[in-house]
Amino acid sequence: MVRRTLLVGGLVLALALPPLAAAFGLDYVVGVAARILIFALAGVSLNLILGYGGMVSFGHAAFFGIGAYVVAILSYHADQGEPLLTWPLVIGGSELAIIAWPVAMLVCAVVALIIGAICLRTSGLYFIMITLAFAQMLFFFFVSLEPYGGDDGLSLAQPSRAWPFDLSDDRQFYYLVLALLLFILYLMRRLIASRFGLVLRGIRENERRMQAMGFATYRYKLAAFVISGAVAGLAGALIANHTEFVSPSFLDWRRSGEILVVVILGGMGTLYGPVAGAIAYLMLEEVLARWTEHWMIILGPLLVLVVLYAKQGLWGTIEKMSGRR
Amino acid sequence: MSAPLLSIAGLRKAFGAVVACDGIDLDLAEGEVHALIGPNGAGKTTLIGQLAGEIRPDSGCIVFASRDITSLPVHARAARGLARSFQITSVLPGMSALDNVALAVQAHAGHSFRFWRPAGDEAAVREPAREALARVDLAQRMDIPAAALAHGEQRQLEIAMALASRPRLLLLDEPTAGMGAEDSARMVTLLESLRGDVTMLLVEHDMDTVFALAERISVLVSGRIIACDVPTAIRNHPEVRRAYLGEDDG
Repeated sequence: MVRRTLLVGGLVLALALPPLAAAFGLDYVVGVAARILIFALAGVSLNLILGYGGMVSFGHAAFFGIGAYVVAILSYHADQGEPLLTWPLVIGGSELAIIAWPVAMLVCAVVALIIGAICLRTSGLYFIMITLAFAQMLFFFFVSLEPYGGDDGLSLAQPSRAWPFDLSDDRQFYYLVLALLLFILYLMRRLIASRFGLVLRGIRENERRMQAMGFATYRYKLAAFVISGAVAGLAGALIANHTEFVSPSFLDWRRSGEILVVVILGGMGTLYGPVAGAIAYLMLEEVLARWTEHWMIILGPLLVLVVLYAKQGLWGTIEKMSGRR
Repeated sequence: MSAPLLSIAGLRKAFGAVVACDGIDLDLAEGEVHALIGPNGAGKTTLIGQLAGEIRPDSGCIVFASRDITSLPVHARAARGLARSFQITSVLPGMSALDNVALAVQAHAGHSFRFWRPAGDEAAVREPAREALARVDLAQRMDIPAAALAHGEQRQLEIAMALASRPRLLLLDEPTAGMGAEDSARMVTLLESLRGDVTMLLVEHDMDTVFALAERISVLVSGRIIACDVPTAIRNHPEVRRAYLGEDDG
């Protein structure tokens, strides 16, 4: 019952947030909430491989950052009116969300396919290290990408055009992000319950056993890695629109750590865990950072407590109380 | 006589200076129940590992169902009908008994790149899984997470998982390990009921189990098969008595 109440209550609150914020004269809250939802989406993408597949990727910010850069670079070329590529075929920039966002997801999927194909030959600690190494390589790639600002990053001339939405309006942007998050959550729910999802969970439980049963586990893990990368790319495309600025710091390893914290705090391997984690983490940051710039001093021990006493995370604990696990 | 289902020729595997398998030749006929016995460190587990595909042999070849599988990976061998149980119980602990077996069915029902339909609603997967669980007397326990099952039940679950894949050859690595007398007896009855349906290669320490089930027995000592015969002959084989059974008769 607790679980259901929270889900329905949370959805109602999410829908009613912009008018409520306006009524209380707290318009900036809508922007904060959009940021939370975007991080939730990044968490949902990582949760697929971390929570359901048992793959501890420490480089997820790479996909987040690449997604953001794809949107920014396409927007830059559209704004300057010069093509992105002139040979072998002419490719121009685009400010249309319907083009730029899927391209961001596609680019991330391709990068995830390459990185995953290599990383998934390892497991455990080596997997953590090699995903981190790839993310760092991409970080420095963008640092040295002078045409697009290098270290200084790149500003978006304007947000993506996503008819019928006007993304420069905070409320409309918020509702679009919310709709996308709910849509992705629905897809994830189908995915987790499907044959593919069952195989993925089986691999988390006992990969050797799955191989002995006849599953080519590598292929399934790689497919999950690619899907996860693409969804993280979508989150990146959204964050670029939120901040209207991208920089290599989007791919920083600390960002990867934040996404990990969101998933662990919320509850690995639970559908809504990353959403709960993103709300808790970013609200804490918001509140504590106002109080002291060393807010990590408080967050750190909190995280330790969660790991020690509520291993299932916030949402996992709620599911357990509701007898779902 | 038709071609053997499994044919091992000149299989050799060394770990550094230790030769775990020293030129093993063995043929299993279709439908046969064959036991592999030998003292600790004789190379039984290394042999099973090579048959399953987890260990690459240094030389020699393994032919299964008229096809050389020596260089195939684990999953490809399983897909060809080679199922196994593990010496140390190996199930998917956090998943229900039914999901455990359903995955074994799924592994042999085409690819699993199916992202949309809930697997729990698919009768084509769930029905054979329920049947396999019923066959090992676990029908009443199918919704319980595998980790919450008793040790003996987990071993029965492993057999159900192996059966659900409709294997041609079942590799059983000490199926009664760590079991009490009662559970052991149940396992022997269960394996007995599979005789004729599936070829079995059984690695076992418990001599009662071996003599109750096996039609032929191979004795492995220091990486070599020193005898391969019917149970009565093995019982009286002088070299076997000295090398292995003597310890029991002591």
